[in-house]
Amino acid sequence: MGKLNIVGAINSALFEEMGRDSDVIIIGEDVGRDGGVFRVTEGLLERFGPDRVIDTPLSELGIIGAAVGLAAYGMKPVAEIQFMGFLYAGLEQIFSHAARIRSRSRGRFSVPMVIRTPYGIGIKPPELHSESSEALFCHMPGIKVVVPSTPYNAKGLLKSAIRDPDTVLFMEPSRLYRSIKADVPDGDYVVPLGRASILQEGKDLTVVSWGTMLHKAAEAAEGFDAEIIDLMTLKPFDEEAILTSVKKTGRLVIVHEAPRIAGFGAEVAALVAEEAIEYLKAPILRVAGFEAVVPMARLEDFYMPSLERIKKAYERVMRY
Amino acid sequence: MPLEIIEKIEVKRLQIINERGEADPELIPSVSDEEITRCFEAMILARVFNQRALSLQREGRIGTYASILGQEASQVGSARAFSDDDWLFPSFRESGVLVAKGYPMWMLYRYWAGDERGMKCPEGLNIFPMSVPVGTHVPHAMGAAWAMKLKGHRKAAGVYFGDGGSSKGDFHEGLNFAGVFKAPVVFLCQNNQWAISVPRSSQTAAKTIAQKASAHGFEGIQVDGNDVAAVYKATKDALEKAKNNGGPTLIECFTYRLDDHTTSDDASRYRSKEEVEAWRAKEPLLRLRLYLEKIGKWTKGYEESVTKKAEESVDAEIKKAEAFPPPDPADLIRYTYAELTLRQKKEMKESGWGS
Repeated sequence: MGKLNIVGAINSALFEEMGRDSDVIIIGEDVGRDGGVFRVTEGLLERFGPDRVIDTPLSELGIIGAAVGLAAYGMKPVAEIQFMGFLYAGLEQIFSHAARIRSRSRGRFSVPMVIRTPYGIGIKPPELHSESSEALFCHMPGIKVVVPSTPYNAKGLLKSAIRDPDTVLFMEPSRLYRSIKADVPDGDYVVPLGRASILQEGKDLTVVSWGTMLHKAAEAAEGFDAEIIDLMTLKPFDEEAILTSVKKTGRLVIVHEAPRIAGFGAEVAALVAEEAIEYLKAPILRVAGFEAVVPMARLEDFYMPSLERIKKAYERVMRY
Repeated sequence: MPLEIIEKIEVKRLQIINERGEADPELIPSVSDEEITRCFEAMILARVFNQRALSLQREGRIGTYASILGQEASQVGSARAFSDDDWLFPSFRESGVLVAKGYPMWMLYRYWAGDERGMKCPEGLNIFPMSVPVGTHVPHAMGAAWAMKLKGHRKAAGVYFGDGGSSKGDFHEGLNFAGVFKAPVVFLCQNNQWAISVPRSSQTAAKTIAQKASAHGFEGIQVDGNDVAAVYKATKDALEKAKNNGGPTLIECFTYRLDDHTTSDDASRYRSKEEVEAWRAKEPLLRLRLYLEKIGKWTKGYEESVTKKAEESVDAEIKKAEAFPPPDPADLIRYTYAELTLRQKKEMKESGWGS
């Protein structure tokens, strides 16, 4: 057991999985000698060599497209895309190919790859470095979407993602990369995909969140008897955990930084409306990003759901 | 300092059998008579398959179909050069490739009739589901070839796309990766001169598509795509090179789409009858017939018996396709992930499927 931040935890998952399975390779821009722009792949080149930790041309479509072929043939590529905004170049490869090869070939071929990418606001980078586009990917059947929130679950979830037989998008909260240090077991453990974790139990109010915003949502819950659910896997998501909690508390607030309209919170809200409306004491509220392009540094703090906005939502549902 | 030339690009063109059926005496020994005869028979089979598909579409027995008429040499000659261990990544206009590789024809008819089970490649063959978005499968072949190299397997990948596909970023990113990583892949451009209504000349200002390989650091060659011997030899050579760690090759098969883009298209809206007729005179079976006759391998009776056999086999495959039971509706959900999600199980249960 050692204390690691999320960068270290992901690095440790990669080390262990590459040691465990020689088909696991890392491809991406600057992932080799440079260790990745966030240093997540540091030391892997030295340990596993240039045939398994591979710097590619600056070509996101090429990285993801080649990874489709690598995976279909039997490798386990873990592709790094430097920032989520740059992933858009590879959308057709993900949506039109990776997500549907298994179905189109009726199971003969599959694409077991992991795409890792930092997402979200909070580090004041240039434009298009702060996207939080999970809903786009959750909407597309055939891929899985995972968002860790702590060093412990980052390591365990990534290990599950690498062992998963399908394409997994692994969204790493860049704001949290080095801001949390926590105990992480040295040895092998996995955190299963598709299951949420209850960060804190409570009786009055269910809060659903993931990634960076989970910590804000938890901080804002001080003074409330809130049950806080860390969704961790958005696709497929743990419907049961949400329903069980809402049936107990009768109130639901969803917190995410992505824009509200057609955001993943809408899916969570719709689930509860369909399956547990009779348990609700208050309207379901979402605290989310605005209907606006993700801003640059100067306006970042205004965009991200603030403690105040989140608290207001909690207060509002508690009035019922 | 005067300007100096630091790089020169040469683009070669290969033809072995010309339109009059005359073979280059130095080149023809590289392709055996036996191989050419097999190609001829496979081309007839591909043509019969194609003709029947067009008829089935007109009768409403299959859906939209993309004809390969005129491209049989480009498809059969290249496909036959690959071994069954190699991996192929076809586009949607590759019936000739699939038929030549022995892909079950009944499955292809099922596919074109709207049944995904037709794209479940049988074991023993490694053919990816045909790519419907144009050119986007080019990087997949590169990736598979890269995997072969990383695993130390002496195999290669081949990918088929058209002149239109060469305009896509996917084409260039795939070729660029292949050059950088020296992947054992053969890029087979079926330049059939038309991307629906847009002619090759509007697709790129470059003189050839073959030369696009140069910018990615490897060789491109143009072959007479209506000369099956040239296509076969160029592909064999490229495969030999690929499997000996010589890296990728781009082969531009210069051919012509004699039919409409698909059964939903009307090519008379955008190209002249004269142009089509001029190309029809150069279609690949004509010259092959002349060549085989010259070497004493062709008679009318021989071709009739090959055609009859092809028709019988295609008809039997159509029968098999049409007698195949309809798909289980649960299939539409079943293959999305390796395992059903809880939500999918619920959807199946609610729909009364897959019990």
